[in-house]
Amino acid sequence: MADASTLQALGATIAEAAGAVVEEVFVERGAELVLRARREQLVPLMLMLRDDPRFAFEQVMDICGMDWPERAERFEVVYNLLSLALNQRVRVLVSTDEATPVPSLIAVWPAATWYEREAWDMYGIVFEGQTDLRRLLTDYGFEGHPLRKDFPLTGHVEVRYDESRKQVVYEPVALTQDFRSFDFLSPWEGMTTLPGDEKVHQIRTERGQIEGPKS
Amino acid sequence: MSGSNADQIAWNREALPPGPAQDSVVRGITGEIEEKGFVIANLDKVVNWARTGSLWPMTFGLACCAVPMIHAYMARYDLDRFGIIPRGSPRQSDVMIVAGTLTNKMAPALRKVYDQMSEPRWVISMGSCANGGGYYHYSYSVVRGCDRVVPVDVYVPGCPPTAEALVYGILQLQKKIRRTGTILRG
Repeated sequence: MADASTLQALGATIAEAAGAVVEEVFVERGAELVLRARREQLVPLMLMLRDDPRFAFEQVMDICGMDWPERAERFEVVYNLLSLALNQRVRVLVSTDEATPVPSLIAVWPAATWYEREAWDMYGIVFEGQTDLRRLLTDYGFEGHPLRKDFPLTGHVEVRYDESRKQVVYEPVALTQDFRSFDFLSPWEGMTTLPGDEKVHQIRTERGQIEGPKS
Repeated sequence: MSGSNADQIAWNREALPPGPAQDSVVRGITGEIEEKGFVIANLDKVVNWARTGSLWPMTFGLACCAVPMIHAYMARYDLDRFGIIPRGSPRQSDVMIVAGTLTNKMAPALRKVYDQMSEPRWVISMGSCANGGGYYHYSYSVVRGCDRVVPVDVYVPGCPPTAEALVYGILQLQKKIRRTGTILRG
């Protein structure tokens, strides 16, 4: 695996070759090169990454979405590229929102179709130029985009077999018990200080070693 | 039977009243089946024996539970010795092993396959996901137990159950068939 300085150099070369399209270059965890790019010139950037012999990213390994509800442009599309010839990888990020389409990459990598369909299915990200933008994974007639942060965990419908209608029917969700979230960090549920450990806990809290409710 | 009597049906139109005449007929038959050997059994017991000895499962491996199910078929546990041979077609199957997570999208297909199986039919629900949704109980896309879609006879617990657990579940199903099985159609 390439070290951080090699990746930094590669990132600088890409940024120089691409110009203003690349907004930011950084190396994550000292091992992964990440480019933040402008949405509008995504296709030329990707064509350059694919065709320039210095980069030669022949394959798109994955395209996925991310949801940041607190941001103005809440979605991020992540492109993970691989160069087999040069044994290097790069990740390209572009941001968008519900209404703004992202340019489709089917002209660059035909394999992008399923990934873009999945991102559409799960997040509702629209890809401009994608001619086959159907749902990929969710149920037929599914409504909503389940990986959005504001989508309820349990969804809206559930199925059961109706003996009188002789078919599987959809009904609004009716849970016998609501979802409960447990704090598995502490063996005593919600108990962050143990009896006798108050002083140690206080010192650690002052040093910022413990996150949690300040007493 | 001789040639002239071959097309005649032995029809007991004139039953003999109890008496010496009937005794002589019974004595004659007793002499005939002597030295030949015969078996007496209850018909329903024979039927149940046949059914428990050839439980052909519809393989419905939906997720990782299919792997222990395959283990159970393989050489070590060898379900073949119970007469259990996996079938690819619901029309030939007696039992459906629902092995894995049943999703909303799969539920109509599962029910369709179950409806295509011929009577008598049984269902084994294998693993936590098929039993009650398991790990995915609160998911938006998973059926909370395959008994919401098909009637289940045996639940095999575990995540995933071991191959032994599945074999035990099949033996429990055989016990259930032996106890409740009938030649009457349900």
